[in-house]
Amino acid sequence: MVGLATVFGAGGGTSSYREIEDTDVIVLWGSNARVAHPIFFHHVLTGIRKGAKLFVVDPRRTESARWADRWLGLHVGSDIALAHAIGREIIAAGLHNRAFVEGSTTGFDDYRAAVEPWTLEHAEAVTGVPADAIRELAHAFALADRAQMCWTLGITEHHNGVDNVLSLINLNLLCGHVGRYAAGINPLRGQNNVQGGGDMGAIPNKLPGFQDILDDAARHKFDTAWNCTIPAHHGWHLTQMFEAMERNELRALYVIGENPAQSEADSGHAIHILEGLEHMVVQDIFMTRTAQLADVVLPATAAWCETEGTVTNSERRVQRIRKALDPPGDARDDAAIIIDLAHRLGHPEWSYPDAESIWNELRSLSPMHTGMSYQRLADLGGIQWPCPSNDTLEPSYLHGRLWAEDPADRGRRAPFSPVPWAGPVDQITAEFPIRLTTGRRLDSYNTGVQTGAIASPMRQGETLDLNPDDAMRLGIDDGDMVRITSRRGSIEAPARFDAHLRPGLAFMTFHFPDEIDVNVLTIEANDPKSGTAEFKASAIRVDKIMSRVPSPVAGT
Amino acid sequence: MNTRQETSVAAPRRAVMVQIDGDEVKVPEGSTILDACTAHGTAVPTLCYGETIDPVNACRLCVVEVENNRVLVPSCSRKVEPGMVVKTDTARTRHSRKMVLELLGSSVDLSTAPRVGEWMQQYGADPTRYGVGATVAQPVKIDNELYVRDYAKCILCYKCVDACGTEWQNTFAIAVSGRGFDVRISTEFDVELPESACVYCGNCIAVCPTGALMFTTEYDMRSAGTWDESVQQQTDTVCPYCGVGCNLTLHTQDNTIVKVTSPFDRSLTSGNLCIKGRFGFQHVQSRGDTVR
Repeated sequence: MVGLATVFGAGGGTSSYREIEDTDVIVLWGSNARVAHPIFFHHVLTGIRKGAKLFVVDPRRTESARWADRWLGLHVGSDIALAHAIGREIIAAGLHNRAFVEGSTTGFDDYRAAVEPWTLEHAEAVTGVPADAIRELAHAFALADRAQMCWTLGITEHHNGVDNVLSLINLNLLCGHVGRYAAGINPLRGQNNVQGGGDMGAIPNKLPGFQDILDDAARHKFDTAWNCTIPAHHGWHLTQMFEAMERNELRALYVIGENPAQSEADSGHAIHILEGLEHMVVQDIFMTRTAQLADVVLPATAAWCETEGTVTNSERRVQRIRKALDPPGDARDDAAIIIDLAHRLGHPEWSYPDAESIWNELRSLSPMHTGMSYQRLADLGGIQWPCPSNDTLEPSYLHGRLWAEDPADRGRRAPFSPVPWAGPVDQITAEFPIRLTTGRRLDSYNTGVQTGAIASPMRQGETLDLNPDDAMRLGIDDGDMVRITSRRGSIEAPARFDAHLRPGLAFMTFHFPDEIDVNVLTIEANDPKSGTAEFKASAIRVDKIMSRVPSPVAGT
Repeated sequence: MNTRQETSVAAPRRAVMVQIDGDEVKVPEGSTILDACTAHGTAVPTLCYGETIDPVNACRLCVVEVENNRVLVPSCSRKVEPGMVVKTDTARTRHSRKMVLELLGSSVDLSTAPRVGEWMQQYGADPTRYGVGATVAQPVKIDNELYVRDYAKCILCYKCVDACGTEWQNTFAIAVSGRGFDVRISTEFDVELPESACVYCGNCIAVCPTGALMFTTEYDMRSAGTWDESVQQQTDTVCPYCGVGCNLTLHTQDNTIVKVTSPFDRSLTSGNLCIKGRFGFQHVQSRGDTVR
């Protein structure tokens, strides 16, 4: 979100799901959409059936990669090196879109200089991807009339996640694959309202509707509407909050619908910090691990089926959620709880009869949401932002302005980002020789709080997935119990052979923290711009503890 | 015709005039006769037709008469042509539909197929003329906790195979096996679902027209005699999991979610979901004090 906002001024994917069905080249980079975003992948499959070429860039040969024309299996954390090599190859072959680069972007010369050292050979040595595969992706991407660049947490959950994103956006700028139907740049969000949360201003530097908190006019509008004075400086993102807690500067915390005691990297450390707070309030639908540490727990309703409201998806579509069930016990709407809190804090003027009245206040303050009345959202099956008008709809893609005939209509040109490459913080050494990366499985979700109740026949529990050759070298057999040690902690798990992992690479999920807390291992190395931790790259050692206990055979 | 709802502007299509039961109806080029009937407000019974599945022309229930056509035509697949004259309710169509319902009703259990009872009455169909339910009677397959397969209710419309295969899910867990009377929808080597390629998206359940594929919740409630659609409510909302934002329709009875579907007319899902969207609702129904 930070990367897209930096380049285009709006932190949202630029295309719609439907457009991917009409594109020519699809790049899934650090995204196992087949498993993590299955219905988005349906649109990818439709695109493939209509003739699109699919490239999957991922350290693992994932279920998504099995649908690809080419899988580029790169070393974890070498994304920028690969992106720069692709950029260099496109420029060297003269395949970049000169008119677009000259007319709608800035900083091309610096970018060209930054990617110059990344020859195919150099990139092959750093990324592990064969030079001919890099060339093939570069040429296919550049020659495509329309191409889509999509990514997920494989790009962002790194210490330099924002730079990773910027290095991918560079490629779209280079080829003019943005601002046109079916050509675009799309992050797939991990949660059903992570886009909406940011859009509503739940990020440290923006007011609702991506209005900059440092912009005096924007702030004044909110000051007037809310009869208050909004501080003219950025707030803290999650990681900065943890740092402030550690400094004892932040002493009270109000957690709504998050489980940081289990979802944060280096979770042992995170729990220690949370325990040091003077006061913590947790508002959740479950008694989570974090809630158990709280001074006050406020039982909330499950937003998606027990309240009215809206959520915004990865294609910027605002859709209504509706109440289907009466909540249990004392559980109450998040909004009702917050309004009550405001009353007790001396603001009796907070008065909203229903969710729609809150939404209408947003519409009055956020121009990109103005045209989205509840009625229209229902009639049209959701509306994508921006939607400033009550009568018309904008195109399904963003930034068409970059293609305006008259340069004056193009607005701010999109800047190239000559970002440096830096490998993962957690170094591979003789002591910690294996790279551990984490991700999701199809039938589970995050820390498993919600999906634990699905009686999924596919669920296999947490395992350490290893390349079979690596495992055999370590004397480990499929199903053996192993000890996994990183520089931060140590856990035990059964090993599982996975031939789709390249040598030196191991994989775990983080779905079963109560049994096996993988985030004990992960590193709290954060991106300074977004605050996202490097969940995707830990260095580990694996030691066998005991052989698999054969399950008893019935009747013996 | 693709009925998926769009909020962006689609390319314009030429309009075609056809006559349905004597009335002039204007529909976009490429529409089917069934689309034209729907636009006209004329109800035509369908079983194997699926809004999001290419027509398979298996059941022949939707046949209509088209002037200057020797045989009855399936309205679900036949495209409109300018000036076409269509009659949906004639002695021939009624007779044909009656036969289809009788033949199907005598070979499979249609007791949970929505609206079939009503059509039986409308067309005076009496399946007992041919003996009832003997042909494909077979035990219910209950091999997992999420959904049940009762192939005694299967009319072999292949929609589940298409949804699982090339049309949507591309998982290919099921296919048609056997020949003649032995034709069945089957997993590979007829293994139980947990041993098959099934990923429990339930997109087969969504398109099944007879209830042969059914949520375990619905199956259990029907067995216990507590399933009551007349008191159920349907609420449209959005899936709580990943950022794709799939549309869910929650079917609730007595403040409990008993089934989850997705609207067929939304281009976002086209009625499809994954295991989390389809079956991931139990967490709001564990109403004890379980610590998570």
